[in-house]
Amino acid sequence: MDSNKYLEDITEIKSMMSRSSRFISLSGLSGILAGVYALIGGYLGYLILYPSFWKFDTYEEIQLTLVAVALGVVVFAVLTAMLLTFRKAKRSGEKIWNVSSRRLLVNFLIPLGAGGIFVLLLLRLEYWMLIAPATLLFYGMACLNASKYTFGDVRYLGITNIVLGLLATYFTGYGLLFWILGFGVCHVLYGSMMYFKYDRR
Amino acid sequence: MSLIDNINKAFDHRIRLGIMSVLMVNDHADFKMLKELLEVTDGNLASHTKALEKVGYISVEKQFIGRKPNTRYAATRSGKTAFKKHIEALEKLIGK
Repeated sequence: MDSNKYLEDITEIKSMMSRSSRFISLSGLSGILAGVYALIGGYLGYLILYPSFWKFDTYEEIQLTLVAVALGVVVFAVLTAMLLTFRKAKRSGEKIWNVSSRRLLVNFLIPLGAGGIFVLLLLRLEYWMLIAPATLLFYGMACLNASKYTFGDVRYLGITNIVLGLLATYFTGYGLLFWILGFGVCHVLYGSMMYFKYDRR
Repeated sequence: MSLIDNINKAFDHRIRLGIMSVLMVNDHADFKMLKELLEVTDGNLASHTKALEKVGYISVEKQFIGRKPNTRYAATRSGKTAFKKHIEALEKLIGK
């Protein structure tokens, strides 16, 4: 007789537990698009590094162009993620700036910030070989750390990137390839998984 | 009839249910966080937290962050056990 009320109670408990501990408005589509940007960036990187119609006179020019392409990918990916997540939060009625999103962001940014500084220091020492592995490793750890506060799929994205980072450290010289695999292919893969699981209802 | 006995009257309200759910998965939560999540007024939330505090299911910790007073809640061990029992009872009742 009261069965409906009990069912409502259970639904309420479940939704409160997940809403208070995880940020669930993270957009899967933004993951796919971040991957696409990375693939485009990777292709540009290939054109820059290997003989193509794009000619450079000095090493410095090559380095600057590569850094510019990488920055462009990051900026576009972050903007897209913010825009799509904002839209999804609005639609589902979740506040964009709440305890869950703050916790997610802080725990994501701590390893990522450390990684960013580490990579800048590597650039200063001109350890070019280690840049791609380091970005993959730190990004993987940031995802792993953040996954506790959002969808569990982010955890596997993190682990995959850590493994790729270690492989890239062993197979030096294939940095661009691993970078494309980690930031491009993985994002498209896990992004679509999340998109089909959570975004499309 | 024993099934109904396990339904805890202390949790027989949407807001109290919500407070306990949040405190089950978070070590602690402050007043503002609970208010945001449950979408209730100050007075309403205060009366429900007081009720849960009275039966010893949650603990309250008042402190100052800078100059602002901050009230932090946590579920006590007995509160967690009671809530788990309550959930089990609900699940069994639905299962029938």
